[in-house]
Amino acid sequence: MAMIKITIDGHPIEVEEGSYVLDAAKKLGIEIPTLCHYPHMVPYAACRICSVEARDGKGWTKIVTSCNYPAWDGLEISTDTPRVLNARRMNLEMLLSRCAPIPVLQKLARQLGIEKPRWGLGEDTCILCGMCVRVCDEVVGAHALEFSERGIFRKVATPFEEESGDCILCGACAKVCPTGHIVMEDIEQREIIHDEITLGPNAAISIPTRQAVPNVPVINTEYCIHFNTGGCKVCSMVCPKDCINYEDTEQYEDIKVGTIILATGFNAFDPSPLKQYGYGRYSNIITAEEFEMMNNASGPTGGKILLANNKEPHAVGIIHCVGSRDTNAHPYCSRVCCMYSLKLAHLIKERTEAEVYNFYIDMRTPGKGYEEFYERLSNEKVHFVRGRVAEVTDWAMTPEEEDRLVIRVEDTLIGMVRRIPVDMVVLSIGLEPHKDAEEVRRLFNISCSSDGWFLERHPKLGPVSTFTDGIFIAGACQGPKDIPDTVAQAGAAAAEAMVLVDKGVVELEPNTAYLTEEFCSGCKTCIPLCPFSALSFNVEKKISAINEALCKGCGTCVAACPSGALQQNLFDDEQIYEEIKGVLNYV
Amino acid sequence: MSDSSMTNNSFEPRIVAFFCNWCTYTAADLAGTSRMTYAPNARVVRLMCSGRLDPQFVLAALREGADGVLIGGCHPGDCHYQEGNYKALRRYKLLKMLLRKMGIDDKRVRLEWISASEGDRVQAVMNEIVEDIRKLGPLHLESWKYQGNLAAAQELSDAIKGVAYV
Amino acid sequence: MSKPKVGIYWCASCGGCEEAIVDLNEDILRVVGAVDIVFWPVALDFKKEDVEHMQDRELAVGFVNGAIRTSEQAEMARLMRRKSAVLIAFGSCSHMGGIPGLANLNDAKTIFDRVYHQAPSVVNTEGVVPQAQTKVPEGDLTLPSFWDTVKTLDQIVDVDYYLPGCPPPVKLITEALGAILEGKLPAKGAVLAPDISLCNECPRKDSKPDEFSIKEFKRPHEIDIDPQKCLLDQGLLCMGPSTRSGCGAACVSGNMPCTGCIGPTSRVRDFGAKALSAIASSLDYRDEKDILSHIEKIVDPVGSFYRYSLPWSMLHRRASDFDKKGALK
Repeated sequence: MAMIKITIDGHPIEVEEGSYVLDAAKKLGIEIPTLCHYPHMVPYAACRICSVEARDGKGWTKIVTSCNYPAWDGLEISTDTPRVLNARRMNLEMLLSRCAPIPVLQKLARQLGIEKPRWGLGEDTCILCGMCVRVCDEVVGAHALEFSERGIFRKVATPFEEESGDCILCGACAKVCPTGHIVMEDIEQREIIHDEITLGPNAAISIPTRQAVPNVPVINTEYCIHFNTGGCKVCSMVCPKDCINYEDTEQYEDIKVGTIILATGFNAFDPSPLKQYGYGRYSNIITAEEFEMMNNASGPTGGKILLANNKEPHAVGIIHCVGSRDTNAHPYCSRVCCMYSLKLAHLIKERTEAEVYNFYIDMRTPGKGYEEFYERLSNEKVHFVRGRVAEVTDWAMTPEEEDRLVIRVEDTLIGMVRRIPVDMVVLSIGLEPHKDAEEVRRLFNISCSSDGWFLERHPKLGPVSTFTDGIFIAGACQGPKDIPDTVAQAGAAAAEAMVLVDKGVVELEPNTAYLTEEFCSGCKTCIPLCPFSALSFNVEKKISAINEALCKGCGTCVAACPSGALQQNLFDDEQIYEEIKGVLNYV
Repeated sequence: MSDSSMTNNSFEPRIVAFFCNWCTYTAADLAGTSRMTYAPNARVVRLMCSGRLDPQFVLAALREGADGVLIGGCHPGDCHYQEGNYKALRRYKLLKMLLRKMGIDDKRVRLEWISASEGDRVQAVMNEIVEDIRKLGPLHLESWKYQGNLAAAQELSDAIKGVAYV
Repeated sequence: MSKPKVGIYWCASCGGCEEAIVDLNEDILRVVGAVDIVFWPVALDFKKEDVEHMQDRELAVGFVNGAIRTSEQAEMARLMRRKSAVLIAFGSCSHMGGIPGLANLNDAKTIFDRVYHQAPSVVNTEGVVPQAQTKVPEGDLTLPSFWDTVKTLDQIVDVDYYLPGCPPPVKLITEALGAILEGKLPAKGAVLAPDISLCNECPRKDSKPDEFSIKEFKRPHEIDIDPQKCLLDQGLLCMGPSTRSGCGAACVSGNMPCTGCIGPTSRVRDFGAKALSAIASSLDYRDEKDILSHIEKIVDPVGSFYRYSLPWSMLHRRASDFDKKGALK
């Protein structure tokens, strides 16, 4: 397209022939008010607020709408002549005569100096700008809204004014509507489904977390309009560096490294198999993880602690050791649950008027300030019941238990079985090895301990290294632990890995196998036995050869060699025979 | 020589245990640090891998006076050196076939897969094998220790005329 | 100057070692030109008294073949030792026990039972069995006692050198004789055969793949044995990798697997255990059931792995855990 020269308010500017005056004015920084304009849609020119005066320099002049007036060479535009302002006022007064209560119109009215509209004040809120219709048509591509009726009965509606099956609930119409006439609303009483809570907002494109690396947005294909309808693509239109690629997919990369730190984390225990707690059977029995989601200020409840029916609980029971210290689940203590259960108790006390009961076996609160925190909670009148909860049920035996959950527990400090009615039960679930821990550890050839956590080299002196040189472990994958311990361990693992990287050389084990060449007949028994390919056939000498750098020192080839030509440093046949004699030579 | 007492009840079996360094030896370590008590009859010879186990070692142990041999390695698939334990398994199976023909009871030579965290297995297996061998009694292997002494050889050879064992 | 004296005696043997000496063919003339054979029951007419009347160490070299399993054989072995300056164990039987050594899977009573009562071709209605002592009108007759256990020569007397093989290959005998005559014998106790296994001189060595493994065991009669390919690679139990060389791979060249008669190299203490270690390691299976189903194809493990070396092995003979009256389990 050819480039032409136009003038706006005396300022010259070069633009493409046929481009719109409104865009040119924006480039010059000249403000022209609009109501029905949206940068990524075809201009509709319905509201007429963007009117300007066009001149040709030879005496021809006309009022035009800048949003859709195409520029031609020599065009002169004025945006603030009295004629222009008059035109805008007239249009606005007419709009106000139908739709007075809209804040955006009132603001515009004040800007244009309208004190009293001449034709009265209407009560409508839809200014028929068509933004919703156009966005649904052009950008979203769902075509769920349209203008219907004619003349003074014209309005925006869905086909036959029924719930539209085409609407994809994207909310674009509500977003572009300048007046707030269209809103997104729940059509049913909202129920809190505790195990489906996610932290929002669920923007279709957003940076996943504050600490994401790299710190760039990613498209959530489930919510993205483009991936649902093929339309939109507004994000790629606004991106100044053209970074959006809708065809991008997952790719596998091969990276060569010398050391590896495994920090694959843990899995939260699923309490469903423990039927006595009623998880999944009754509502309002939730895990601590679900509680935290609900408690988060950016969640759907705004951080309020609510039951499924949207009401606040009057009493909450927190059950410790769910899935831990349990021969039917995991025998070990998950280390972090007592502290987080106390934290939850504190939060409930802070945000609601509910009574809080903590059912524990032992209070495990080591660590700086942890015991003091426990004390504080006692002072906050949290009820501590020492006993393992036998059952959570909804069978009421007294009127005050009706419609509530009842916790049956033996209070071992008073030696009595109690029934405690509550509205919500929070299960303090334990930690268990990640679902793919077995797969991961075989991939890296490390061992695991009896409960499935990755095995450290030594329980006291080697907490971050493994029996496989160069592979380190950190965090909950090695065993349940809280954040301070994880951070410490991670630092240690990084330091140990850096030692290897800095040194630049690797120390080999001395117990490698060696071959006495004059004894080797070239029988090839040993060669296929080595998983590290340390043995090969020397074609000239017609005997085996060992690559000492590859040999890991297992001795398998030594035991297999039928003529004893292979021996192992530190574990020679003769040395072992002497050992055998030695260990048996006692009375 | 085995300690051959009159009654089986007071017979203390002598057992040599060949443990692989990474799994079974570590498990035995763990049993120790966890203060698990078990029968003290076995003496451990450490090998880097159960794949180092030469069947000659088993026979040498029996020849030197052991009443039983225990072999410990990593579970199949978990070998620190990938596959050593599979080779050990193959040799062990063939060796057992041979030992049966050579009149040595199945319970005397035993292979167990014990991983690094299974200290309790070490305890259990040790106790089991000691009891099994105590019931079997001492292993009488035909002994022949000729040290180059002609007179002694003569004496001994006369003594064993027509007699199966010394 | 009189020629050095040489004595040759046989114990529990088949006579094959004597044959091996005869197999020297013309070379035997060189031998008798260099030495005086003064005792050789199979070929010459000298008697035991002749040896007894010699001075101690009068024989320059004594060759004893055959294993020791009767009191007479032990007595003769001791006699030969006294009268020989250098005593050489000739052949597999005296070296490691040989084929007679397989009798160590049984004991004297079981053997007598079988031979004199139960063998299918025996008719012994009166139950006659040889006795160590019998009264006859003229006095008491004695027979040498029959031992339960077969022994190697060095389990009875001190042996200076071993000439292995069943029988020792002519080449090895010639080399040994040459060394003796030139006074160039190695250190005492040596086995007079190369200390490297058979694969070194096997004509089929090049056909063995680098990534060699055994998929299935076969017995020689079960397959058409390929005369060019490595026998182990065809699934046959060839003891070549575990056995010393020196025989020129005679059996392999005859399209049969090596059975290990020359014995192991000096680094091995038990032939059968080491051979089975190598063969089991090469078996290509990881699953216990697979392993068992394949090794069960080895129908006679003792005969396969300890064919010549049972008395020499670490176990020496069958142990007592199973009822020794019973047949092999």
